Amino acid sequence: MISSHVDPVDISSTSAQLALNHVFKIYPGRQSWQDKLLRQTSPDFVALADINLEVEANTFVSIIGPSGCGKSTLLNIIAGLTPPTRGSIKLNEVEISKPGPDRGVVFQNYALMPWMTVFENIRFAIETVYPHMTIVEQKNIAREYIDLVGLRGAERKHPHELSGGMKQRVGIARALAINPKILLMDEPFGALDALTRGFLQDEVARIWEQQRQTVILITHSIEEALLLSDKIVMMTRGPAARIAEVLDIPFPRPRRRESLDQYPAYHELKAELEMHLSQETRAVEEARIKVKP
Amino acid sequence: MPFVRFMANSLPQRRKLVPIWNSNLQALALFLVVLIVFLGAWELGVQLNVFSQLVPSASRTLQAFWGWVSDPFFDYGPNDKGIGWHVLASLRRVVTGFLIGSAIAIPLGILIGLSDVISKAVDPYIQVLKPVSPLAWLPLGLGLLKDSENTALFVIAITSLWPTLINTKFGVSNVDPAVLNVARTLGASRWRTIWKVILPAAAPSIVAGLRISIGIAWLVIVAAEILVGGTGVGYFIWNEWNNLEITSILTAIIVIGLVGLLLDRLFGLLQTWVSFGQR
Repeated sequence: MISSHVDPVDISSTSAQLALNHVFKIYPGRQSWQDKLLRQTSPDFVALADINLEVEANTFVSIIGPSGCGKSTLLNIIAGLTPPTRGSIKLNEVEISKPGPDRGVVFQNYALMPWMTVFENIRFAIETVYPHMTIVEQKNIAREYIDLVGLRGAERKHPHELSGGMKQRVGIARALAINPKILLMDEPFGALDALTRGFLQDEVARIWEQQRQTVILITHSIEEALLLSDKIVMMTRGPAARIAEVLDIPFPRPRRRESLDQYPAYHELKAELEMHLSQETRAVEEARIKVKP
Repeated sequence: MPFVRFMANSLPQRRKLVPIWNSNLQALALFLVVLIVFLGAWELGVQLNVFSQLVPSASRTLQAFWGWVSDPFFDYGPNDKGIGWHVLASLRRVVTGFLIGSAIAIPLGILIGLSDVISKAVDPYIQVLKPVSPLAWLPLGLGLLKDSENTALFVIAITSLWPTLINTKFGVSNVDPAVLNVARTLGASRWRTIWKVILPAAAPSIVAGLRISIGIAWLVIVAAEILVGGTGVGYFIWNEWNNLEITSILTAIIVIGLVGLLLDRLFGLLQTWVSFGQR
């Protein structure tokens, strides 16, 4: 470790693939002399306060918390899209400072290029990350991942011709096709209807069984987290959101949605998550009422 | 409407008839009614000497229109050419001037759209030059270029570049941040991001700008050609005014309108082609 002050978290981080150390995200308020002159000052906003997290290789980790708690900010920091104010993020012992193809990102709003077909969207990602790969090889990989997410036959369609569920399959295929070390998913099923969401969760579970990649999933669905995760990270409400607790999800794989509740621990874990979430959400609502408009 | 009742009652299958009389047909009927009323009032007004002596009757105008349009490509010397030749000459100027203007507007718009600093620095120039009338540029063009043909192109280029410039800037600076984030997470280079993400994403805006620009270019051509002379629909109109052939002027007005409509539709098609359901 180059860092001068060594603390307990650093020592244990050798086996972790992804390690977050004392990560803060503070949005500075308006405090310049112009703002003071105009009486428009506002205090700094602490979004994330002292996040410490370690993710082992080939585990599926969900981050769950009340809405507005900074889950997405945390994921954007790991993706390199938002710089942290303080703290370090290490992927395989290497400090992260900007976005890169070692992390595949699945976006909530799919973020497909509307002018590209399904096939072109995926090949664009492969070509960007592996510019020296032959076109034949690029196409083979694109086809392989289109098959993996079950989109064969839709390769030549444009995004506006696809349903939300199909769009997100493209998003997942695109993120996986560049062979990232870690997959980051930001509420990937949030914009889908309940039936499609369940279907896509099963698909992600199936794909994960095949790929066994490290995944970080942001969600606010307890069932989703329990079905997919090895670990669930519970976050507190913002501002100054922290990690409240990390739960181990011990159910054997492959898991089935229908039979998951047969495990005795299921209800206990679900109750704990529900209690945490409802408690935090209630506090958020109360805080909102107290704030003067 | 008595017409509807008549049709509906005269045929046994009343229900099946209703969808045929849809809003499009209604609009077409109204269009024809307006046309007939207008032409009728015109004809009647001329017969009763309501208008100035110069005004030709509607029937004479329609005859002249048909005369011009049915044989557009005759050529009996510099002052007696078919209207088709004039339209082609004008189109050639408009397309050339428009291409020159676009070749300046699109790259400049991209540059402005990408950089806040350049955008702020260039904005005053745009705001000041944009509202200047095409006619104001004409003497300047003649003085600078000393050539009427090039002056026409200059005026068309400089008046038609603004919508493309502004729309390109808007399109480039308003690319969906989500797709930009995709490019960033993939580690795409700046050049690749501009070429493969920003430009295609801005294409619908750019083409919308081009559509307005070609409309303006076609609008300007008549004024430019009236002043610059030689060939073209503007020259044609001026020439026919000197001959006091009002029927020819009216013919030219309709032809100019139809060509303008055609150009607009052409760019409308291009717009749908680059939009991919985004609009």
